[in-house]
Amino acid sequence: MVQVKDSQLLDAETFARLHAQAHQETEVKRIALVASKGTLDMAYPPLILATTAAAMGQEAAIFFTFYGLDILNKKRLARLKVPPLANPAMPVPVPNIVGAIPGMTAMATWMMGRMMRKQKMPTVPQFLDLAKQLRVRLIACTTTMGIMGISKEDLVDGVELQGAAAFLEYASQAQVTLFV
Amino acid sequence: MSIDQVVDTKGELCPMPVVRARLAMDKLRPGQVLQVVATDPASCDDFPAWCRAQKHTLVESRQAQGVYTYLIRKGG
Repeated sequence: MVQVKDSQLLDAETFARLHAQAHQETEVKRIALVASKGTLDMAYPPLILATTAAAMGQEAAIFFTFYGLDILNKKRLARLKVPPLANPAMPVPVPNIVGAIPGMTAMATWMMGRMMRKQKMPTVPQFLDLAKQLRVRLIACTTTMGIMGISKEDLVDGVELQGAAAFLEYASQAQVTLFV
Repeated sequence: MSIDQVVDTKGELCPMPVVRARLAMDKLRPGQVLQVVATDPASCDDFPAWCRAQKHTLVESRQAQGVYTYLIRKGG
């Protein structure tokens, strides 16, 4: 049995304070995410995290910027793809050069879709609906819209338009900020 | 105890059990009881955390043959 020397013991007051801290509630109140990529595999994490946060009663917002804006694009959101090239995490490992063969992107996308359906995961459009039901703020980056020639009509309903300064002000009050 | 609403999330993965529980809970009044049935092992951690965050009471957690059942009383 290991003997603890008296000099190693914490004083009773400190010990009691540390114990009490273990039971304190660490409440996260706001989460601010950036979705910067428009592939199917990168669309899921911000949607899952924001939806979960909202389900837990937290305020959640996703700022969709650059290719991430495709996730809100009516014509593109149901057709997001999984890129097999330079992706060593493919379900069936294939040599990188094979990923460059025409048809491999469609195949990788089909495989991921099948995996998701098998596990009853909602699709990207379904996740957007859930996010809206739970009042997750979906924010389209106005600069990206300008660069890519995207208008508000191209995006799903219920999207807010915002610039970087406004989003950063929101994010500066968040306890969790993640860039995807 | 009477159960006011049942949500079956069998076969679904995190975060869907919590998300579906939240959507169902939104339709209940404080004091009413929601039963959630799940097969996702992550639900063991997720429901206590969700109840803490949402100030609901986790009245009962059961597991049998890979099926988890939670009884949650709405707070507020």
